[in-house]
Amino acid sequence: MKEVMMGDVAVARGVKLARVEVIAAYPITPQTIIVEELSEICGRGELKARFIKVESEHSALACCMGASMAGARTFTASASQGLLLMHEMLHWSAGARTPIVMANVNRAIAPPWNLWSDQTDSLSQRDTSWIQLYCENNQEVIDTVIQAYRIAETVYLPVMVVLDAFILSHTSEVVAVPEQEDVDRYLPPFKAALTLDTNDPRAFGSISGPIEYQKLKMARHEDMMGAVEVARRADIEFGEIFGRKYGIAERYRCEDAELILLTSGALGGTAKIAVDALRESGAAVGALRVRLFRPFPADDIADAIGGAPKVAVIDRNLSVGAGGIFAQELKAALYDRERRPAVFGFTGGYGGGDFTPEVVEKIARRALEMDKPDSPTLWEAIP
Amino acid sequence: MPEIRLHGRGGQGAALASRLLAEAAFIEGRHAQSFPAFGLERRGAPVTAYTRIQDTPILNHSKIYAPDAAVVLDATLLKLANVAEGLKPGGLVVINTDKGPGELGLPSGLRVAAVNAGAIAAERGLGSRLAPIVNTAILGAFAAVSGAVSLESVLEAIRRNVAFRTEDNAAACERAAIEVETALL
Repeated sequence: MKEVMMGDVAVARGVKLARVEVIAAYPITPQTIIVEELSEICGRGELKARFIKVESEHSALACCMGASMAGARTFTASASQGLLLMHEMLHWSAGARTPIVMANVNRAIAPPWNLWSDQTDSLSQRDTSWIQLYCENNQEVIDTVIQAYRIAETVYLPVMVVLDAFILSHTSEVVAVPEQEDVDRYLPPFKAALTLDTNDPRAFGSISGPIEYQKLKMARHEDMMGAVEVARRADIEFGEIFGRKYGIAERYRCEDAELILLTSGALGGTAKIAVDALRESGAAVGALRVRLFRPFPADDIADAIGGAPKVAVIDRNLSVGAGGIFAQELKAALYDRERRPAVFGFTGGYGGGDFTPEVVEKIARRALEMDKPDSPTLWEAIP
Repeated sequence: MPEIRLHGRGGQGAALASRLLAEAAFIEGRHAQSFPAFGLERRGAPVTAYTRIQDTPILNHSKIYAPDAAVVLDATLLKLANVAEGLKPGGLVVINTDKGPGELGLPSGLRVAAVNAGAIAAERGLGSRLAPIVNTAILGAFAAVSGAVSLESVLEAIRRNVAFRTEDNAAACERAAIEVETALL
């Protein structure tokens, strides 16, 4: 059944459909509606979950980690400063191999204080061993929350589902709500391989020497690399049941492109409009939206770029001192390949700048005019 | 592809009105998107909200700069905001006022629809006489003069989504659709 709903509500409805058993979250704008909605869903008895009120985001994730280790399907949500306060627990929960799912609403980090969209909060967690998926619209948000549990519980790594502040979180759109029986078929109850059991006590996380530590971390890395295939399969199988799939890197009119615009999040849709206009004017431009950021699907992205001589990355984030983060990841992924296009690293729009189709077109034209980027980081100031 | 901008004051229900418009379009089987102006809203301060309606899936997630229509919930905003900003040529302004459409000082070339939504809402006990909640009434006037969505769809959207004094809201909406007065400036 279709309904009109905000992105935050789509997250909560996805959590309900996934039959999550333990929720612990601390409200922060623009994620607050997720927490309120889930609280009401639980309060009405529509979801038999334990809703744990916590005093901080750090505790929220600690609760999820404990509950997950006891065998429960768990959920939390945060944004910006809240996610940063969780940082230590992000490493802990991934190291403990707990398949927690979190929604993060991308919001700028202070100072100065700013509530609007900026991917730097989630992208600066890229080394915490969390899988990350970025959504284009609210339909994809509800579907990705459900897919996230499938991925997390297959590879035993936590998954972050990421949506833009306000652009998705507070924007109402038409969403087809999956049927519960279909979700149950896609996502059977979580049966943890190992659980904490007071009748059979075990230790976790005690001190270990260099070799043990390296072995565990390398195993985590290999499982994370394997998550590319797991995420791909989870999406394909989702498509077989629900008739919608997204891919892990979505191509749009990339055939014979002279320039490919690489985007993520809600910007992906706006870029498609710009590509249509550019193609109309005779410019061979395509778009590639990266949905799975960690693990970075390097082969899929290189394959989508094909022989295109130029790629313009549009980063709604900035790693100060290094540049846009998707641009860095792309350059690293292409270095060992035979076909290495010129990569134009555009950055802008963080803290609420509005990427209109016209702004995206302007970026594309700047890249088309240059043979090579005249700077590693090209700033496009956007009101 | 109608794009609509709504001007109100925090607490008057402009954000809900933009959602109800999206709901009305959805009831008609169309695609719709509604979003607030992402500001730091507080009661009484000027707020804007937006609705985008089209027959195909909406890919655009940027703001609206050249709307087809502006819906103004509070005539005192005319002193604070340029409600005609960016409006397409021949664009529509629907405004809650006790004045006629030609008496508001709006620029020529616009279609202006005036309705005393405040009096209509107050008569139905929506909000207080001094601070009536006019969002459902003004949507009736908008539906009647814009053709962007039908009055029936707006009434259905109200019945599905407004839990408080539902029938008073629906009646105010219908009343405003009748009372609205339009002029081409």
